[in-house]
Amino acid sequence: MHVLIRGAGIAGLTLAHELVRAGAQVTVCDVRAGPAGSASWLAGGMLAPWCERESAEEPVLTLGRLAADWWDTALPGHVLRNGTLVVAPARDAAELNRFATRTGGHAWLDGDGVAALEPDLAGRFRRGLFFRDEAHLDPRRAMTALIAGLKAAGVRFAYGNDTSVEADRIAYCTGMAAADDGLRGVRGEMLLLRTKEISLSRPVRLLHPRIPVYIVPREGHHFMVGATMIESDDDGPISARSTMELLNAAYSLHPAFAEAKIVETGAGVRPAYADNLPRVKQTREGISVNGFYRHGFLLSPAMAQEAAALILNERVEALNEAHG
Amino acid sequence: MLTLYGETLTSRLLLGTAQYPSPAIMAEAVRASACDIVTVSLRRETAGNRTGGQFWELIRELGVRVLPNTAGCHSVKEAVTTAQMARELFGTDWIKLEVIGHHDTLQPDVFGLVEAARILSAEGFRVFPYTTDDLVVAERLLEAGCEVLMPWCAPIGSARGPVNVDGLRAIRAHFPDIPLIVDAGLGRPSHAGMVMELGFDAVLLNTAVAKAGDPAAMAAAFAGAVEAGHVAFRAGPLEPRDMAVPSTPIIGKAVFE
Repeated sequence: MHVLIRGAGIAGLTLAHELVRAGAQVTVCDVRAGPAGSASWLAGGMLAPWCERESAEEPVLTLGRLAADWWDTALPGHVLRNGTLVVAPARDAAELNRFATRTGGHAWLDGDGVAALEPDLAGRFRRGLFFRDEAHLDPRRAMTALIAGLKAAGVRFAYGNDTSVEADRIAYCTGMAAADDGLRGVRGEMLLLRTKEISLSRPVRLLHPRIPVYIVPREGHHFMVGATMIESDDDGPISARSTMELLNAAYSLHPAFAEAKIVETGAGVRPAYADNLPRVKQTREGISVNGFYRHGFLLSPAMAQEAAALILNERVEALNEAHG
Repeated sequence: MLTLYGETLTSRLLLGTAQYPSPAIMAEAVRASACDIVTVSLRRETAGNRTGGQFWELIRELGVRVLPNTAGCHSVKEAVTTAQMARELFGTDWIKLEVIGHHDTLQPDVFGLVEAARILSAEGFRVFPYTTDDLVVAERLLEAGCEVLMPWCAPIGSARGPVNVDGLRAIRAHFPDIPLIVDAGLGRPSHAGMVMELGFDAVLLNTAVAKAGDPAAMAAAFAGAVEAGHVAFRAGPLEPRDMAVPSTPIIGKAVFE
């Protein structure tokens, strides 16, 4: 069977991986010139279903907890299983209690516990929450490696064009470009900072009643700071306000971030359905996999498995059946 | 029935639409609250000149009246511009006016608020000002053209409930004929019930519902408390006393010994 996948973001790439594993012939096309520019390229890369459960519904946890293993199998060596640390500024300490009551899979830490995990944060927080079983990866390295692996397995990539290839089935993984009335855009903005003044081993979430922010350490002394959540389909440059708020949060995590270089700013639009859960749908044109909201790397493995099963006519337990 | 700027409303609960886990859950909460008015933050949900069209569509589908707000505006100019954008976008001259004076407490800048209220009223807006319980500021807002006042009972999002009950009593007593809506600071349904028992006309909530474990259930709980408090106020609650008063008279009580 030959499957054409439209869209080379994380939804398309994970689906291609599942289909190739099942022996299908796959072509991936994308109107973009390369992986940069997709919403996935700007992602945090956190595999943090327990933390996300604070505001997301149960399927995000049940489907997302399988993600770290999927990525580890697909891309050995990419997944860092160091957990997630959640802290709050002293004045917003009550937010930590609230977060703890809304989530599971965590342990309370005192100041020494925080320092033991992240020595550079010693003395800065008197309490924290540790989500031991969470993981993270670098989205750009992961996408690049996934593409390389797929090419090696014979997948043809057609970047920069939308040409029709003869295929038995077509899968639409086109995010906001899809003609789907149920989708809306949720704008996200991020910063990439570089500093040698501080090092972190795991994503750190800083709680704040208005602007919760995460900082994810990456190779080469880089830190991804994200991300805003704005009900808008504008993908224009990051606003001054968002830059200020993200930098403020980084600074309140550790003042060393004041001296960091801003290596990159980014803004993209997350495709989301009204319940913020992704869907695998059979449409007249083919299979649609969309609506990952802020959970691309977390939920694309589970959705790719569902979609691949649907394409290969296997038994399907689509997520949209689970939640209507 | 509650009348605001000539509109008659059945519900005395106004609900904000920010901070819910998803628009679907927000819609459930709005339905569960049976509210007639939702507030929508223009500033937060827009970036640049483009807007979250699908998000507006979801709100329009709720079939309730939209009260746009100027949340997050820190200057008169910003608030006025946001109000003008909101009028165009939502086709309503209603505006919840917020001019924030202090970043940490989100306390209103009452001087800027009065000025912005005057400008907007002159432009034909129906202004719902988010203010403190200060009586002089309230008078100035009425002079500026406001026909509704929305005093806070505690800082926005603090969930503390009424921190100055005497202040709330005073503003109610001073303006017996002006619709007064307690806006901001309510954390629990009992807080809402309490201010309604003081005779306030309505309450406006957002965080207490949006950030609850089950927003729809909490919205229904608030709706019940608001209604109970209002009925209790109209029924004339007993004033507290220092001494016990037996509910059965002692004198004349039959003796069976």
